[in-house]
Amino acid sequence: MAEPDTFIDEAMEYMPQLYSAAMRMTHNAADAEDLVQETYLKAYRGFSNFEAGTNLRAWLFRILTNTYINSYRSKSRRPVETELDDVEDFYLYRRMGGLEAARSSRSAEDELMDWFSDAEVKSAIEALPDSFRIPVILSDVEGFSYKEISEILDVPMGTVMSRLHRGRKSLQKQLHDYALERGLAEDENSSQDRDGID
Amino acid sequence: MTDDNTPLNCERALAEVYTFLDGELTDEKRRHIASHLESCTTCFEAFDFQTELQMVISTKARDQVPETLRMRIAEKISYLRIETRPNHPDDGHGLSQA
Repeated sequence: MAEPDTFIDEAMEYMPQLYSAAMRMTHNAADAEDLVQETYLKAYRGFSNFEAGTNLRAWLFRILTNTYINSYRSKSRRPVETELDDVEDFYLYRRMGGLEAARSSRSAEDELMDWFSDAEVKSAIEALPDSFRIPVILSDVEGFSYKEISEILDVPMGTVMSRLHRGRKSLQKQLHDYALERGLAEDENSSQDRDGID
Repeated sequence: MTDDNTPLNCERALAEVYTFLDGELTDEKRRHIASHLESCTTCFEAFDFQTELQMVISTKARDQVPETLRMRIAEKISYLRIETRPNHPDDGHGLSQA
């Protein structure tokens, strides 16, 4: 059994990550705070079930995710579900990869960082339906492995991979829509498409 | 994907972009793709873009924990600790459970 004090000290270190994930799940700060608080209280009450030395971060995220699904999901406003038809792989790259090549004097990393604001990235994630959004949060934002995500969500790894794949495509389409709105990208009918890949 | 020395074609390399970036391939498969990327600029640039995009997403989807939340949680947990701690003398602050 874990030692309560060291358990709590370590668990508290993960609060920024849990809070960010809670924000993406609930869309608003008040619910995110409640969700995080409830997660910590459940974790503390249940810490005797936690085996010291095992993956505490994943354990906490499992509590967070289950609490969200069981108590908060129906509360959050339904996000606009991005249409997934005809969203091919490398969606964003095909449309905006050329932008990078055109400005080769700057580092490519700076470029992509500058294209989207924090708010747009967060919105794009929040626009995803839950079944895609949660795996995308766990993988792309939090860096969990497929196996860890499979354990957190209690679904097979194949399901994780499929939802991730589709979620990422959907996310890219959403980001592209923001780029179009701002005039950063031109629409499909322009000749800016990158043709290098099929 | 073949495990022999057959060069990987672009279509098959691109199909593995996520498993590659997520670190979910076996070492051998990973090396196979990496060596394709070394010789194929087109695929390299596509992979590079996806890598950067992933970094952008993980960097920008962060929120700062409000200090009030942190304090509130620490406080509630400290109440729970006192509640569950056996044989500990009451420290006299009159903590009552709301």
